[in-house]
Amino acid sequence: MVALSGTDETPNRAPVAGDRRGRARRATWALALLTLLAAWGSLATGASGISLGDALGNWLSGEGLSLQERVVLLQIRLPRLATGLLVGAALAVSGAVMQGLFRNPLADPGLVGVGAGAGLGAVTAIVLGGMLPATLAAVTGIYLVPIAAFLGGWAATMILYRVSTRAGRTSVATMLLAGIAMQALAGAATGLLVYAANDQQLRDLTFWQLGSLAGASWAKLAIAAPVMLIAMLGTLGLARGLNGLALGEAAAAHMGIPVQRMKNLAILCVAAATGAAVAVSGGIGFIGIVVPHLLRLATGPDHRNLLPNAALLGASLLIGADMISRAIIAPAELPIGIVTALMGAPVFLWILLRRRGLLDL
Amino acid sequence: MIDATGIAVTLGSRKVLKGLDFQARPGEFTAIVGPNGSGKTTLIRALIGELGFAGRLRLNGVDPTRLKPWDLAQMRGVLAQSTQMSFPFTVFEVVRLGAEAGGHVGPAATAMTRSALARVDLQGYEGRAYQELSGGEQQRVQLARVLCQVWEAEGPAGPRWLFLDEPVSALDIGHQMQVMQLAQDYARAGGGVVAVMHDLNLTAMFADHVVLLEAGEIAAAGTPAQVMRSDILSRVYDCRLTVIRAAEEPRVLVVPMPGTAPSGTRTTQPA
Repeated sequence: MVALSGTDETPNRAPVAGDRRGRARRATWALALLTLLAAWGSLATGASGISLGDALGNWLSGEGLSLQERVVLLQIRLPRLATGLLVGAALAVSGAVMQGLFRNPLADPGLVGVGAGAGLGAVTAIVLGGMLPATLAAVTGIYLVPIAAFLGGWAATMILYRVSTRAGRTSVATMLLAGIAMQALAGAATGLLVYAANDQQLRDLTFWQLGSLAGASWAKLAIAAPVMLIAMLGTLGLARGLNGLALGEAAAAHMGIPVQRMKNLAILCVAAATGAAVAVSGGIGFIGIVVPHLLRLATGPDHRNLLPNAALLGASLLIGADMISRAIIAPAELPIGIVTALMGAPVFLWILLRRRGLLDL
Repeated sequence: MIDATGIAVTLGSRKVLKGLDFQARPGEFTAIVGPNGSGKTTLIRALIGELGFAGRLRLNGVDPTRLKPWDLAQMRGVLAQSTQMSFPFTVFEVVRLGAEAGGHVGPAATAMTRSALARVDLQGYEGRAYQELSGGEQQRVQLARVLCQVWEAEGPAGPRWLFLDEPVSALDIGHQMQVMQLAQDYARAGGGVVAVMHDLNLTAMFADHVVLLEAGEIAAAGTPAQVMRSDILSRVYDCRLTVIRAAEEPRVLVVPMPGTAPSGTRTTQPA
C-alpha cells in the first residue's frame, strides 16, 4: 500500500467496462457518414426536380451545368444546405454547452431567453426596419434582420449575465429564473410589434418565428457563418472544464479548472452561436435539447466527445428535418420549426417525466 | 507544510473562526475534530479556498491564491462531504477525470483509475452508473478520483496534500477502516493529510496530529494522547466520557457514558 507512486496493473489495450471513449469515437465516424448522406439527400431533393446525379455527371464530363442547374444547385440548394449544417451544429453545440454550464439536461439557449432576445431583435427589424433613415437602411440592407437578431441575443445574454452574476460568481438558479422573466418581456414586446405590423410584415413574422431555412442565401451566410464557426471552435476548449463542472463548481475548481473564466467563455460562445443561428433561420427549437440528450444516452456525457458529436448529429438532424419540411406538402414547404418541435417536444417531456427532480432547484 | 495564522471567518454576523493558528506537516495525518458548529468544516473550507477569510495561509510556503488553478490542483486534492453529479457518468469516467486532472493521460491514466478503484474496494464497479450507487459507494468513488489527482505523495513542488471533509461519515465500519488506512498510508508515503473527523476513536487510531476546535477557537492541539483526555473531551463535547489508555493499538479509546457532563465544566456557550 505504501507504493502509492506506481500503478499495480500494466496498461493494456482491452477496453475497460465503463470506458465509453472508443464507442464515442466510432459514433463520430458514423455521424460524419450520416451527415454526408443527409447533405447528399438535401442537395438531391427539391421542388425543381433537378437530378443531382445528372448534374454532377455533366459537370465531371466537362459539359458544365445548365443555367437552371447552376441557379438551383449553387444559389438555392447549396446555401440552404450550408446554412442547415451550420445552424443545426450551432444549436446542438449551444444546447450541450448550456446544459453542461447549468448542470441540467433541460437547459437550452431557448430556455434562458437567449433565443427570445434574438427573436425580439429580428421582429423589431422586420416591423420597424422601414422607419430607419434612408442612409442607415442603405447601409444595413438585407443584413438588417440578422444583425438585429444577433444584437438581441447578445443583449439578452448580457442582461442575464449581469443579473445572475454577483462578485464573479454566476448563480444557475438565478439565471434560469431571469431567463423566464426575459422570455416574458421579449414575448410581450414582440406581441406589441405584431400589433403594429402590416399584412406583409405579419406573413414575414410568422414564417420567421416558426423558423425556416427557406431564406438562406450566400449573403446572409457570409455574416453568420464565421460567427457560428468561431463560437463552435471556442467550445472545444470548454470540454474539460464542462466535465469538471459536472462534479460541481467547487470540485471543478479543485481539479484545476479556472471556473469563472470558463463560464464567461461558455456564455460568450453560446450567445454568439445562438444569435447567429437565430439570425439566419429564425426560431428553430429543441435541436439543442434532443441532440445532446440522445448522445449522452448512447455514448456518455464526456464533453470532449459530446460536443463534436452534437455538432454532427445536430447538422444532420436539421438537414433531415428540412428535407421533411420541403417534402411533406411539396411544392410548398412547412416551416422547419414545426418539424423540429414535433420531433423535439415529446423528447423534452420524456426527459422531464423520467427525471422530475431536475428542476427542483 | 501548511501554515495558517490568524484565520478568521465571519458568516453573516457570526464569527465562526476567531483568528486561530493551524499547522499541518507533510508525512502526517492531521485531524480536525470538535463538536457540531465548532468551525471544523469552516476551517477546512478556508484552507482549500472555498471561503474568504482574514489571516495568512501558506501551502508548501506559497500563498495558494497566487497559484494558477492547474498548479494548485497538482499540489492538493479535495474530497467534499458528498458529491452529486449532473450527468450519467460511469464510475470509470468519474475516477479517470481525477487522473486527467493530475496530468495523466492514455493507458497510464486508465491503469491508475483501475488501481485507485481497487484501493477503495470498488474493483468491478467501473461500468456502473455513478448516480445509481449508494452514498457510501459514491463517497469512495470520489475518494478514488481525488487520489488519482494527487497520486504520488511527493510532487515536483513538494509534498502533495489530501484535504478530506468527513471522509468516512457515510461508510460502514469496514470501509471506514480501509479509507482511514489509505489516508494514513498516503501520509506515510510523504504526503500530507488534513481531515475533518467526527469519530474520535478512528481519529485516535489513525491521526498523528489532532486539532480540537471549540466555538471557533482551538481548544487543544497535539498528538492523540495529548488531546484525547477525558477532562478535555468531556468539557468540549459537554458529555460524560472516559478515555481508556492501553499499551497496544489502539492506544486511546474514547467511551461515551450515559448521563450529563459534570455541571460547571463547560466554559463556552454553544454557538
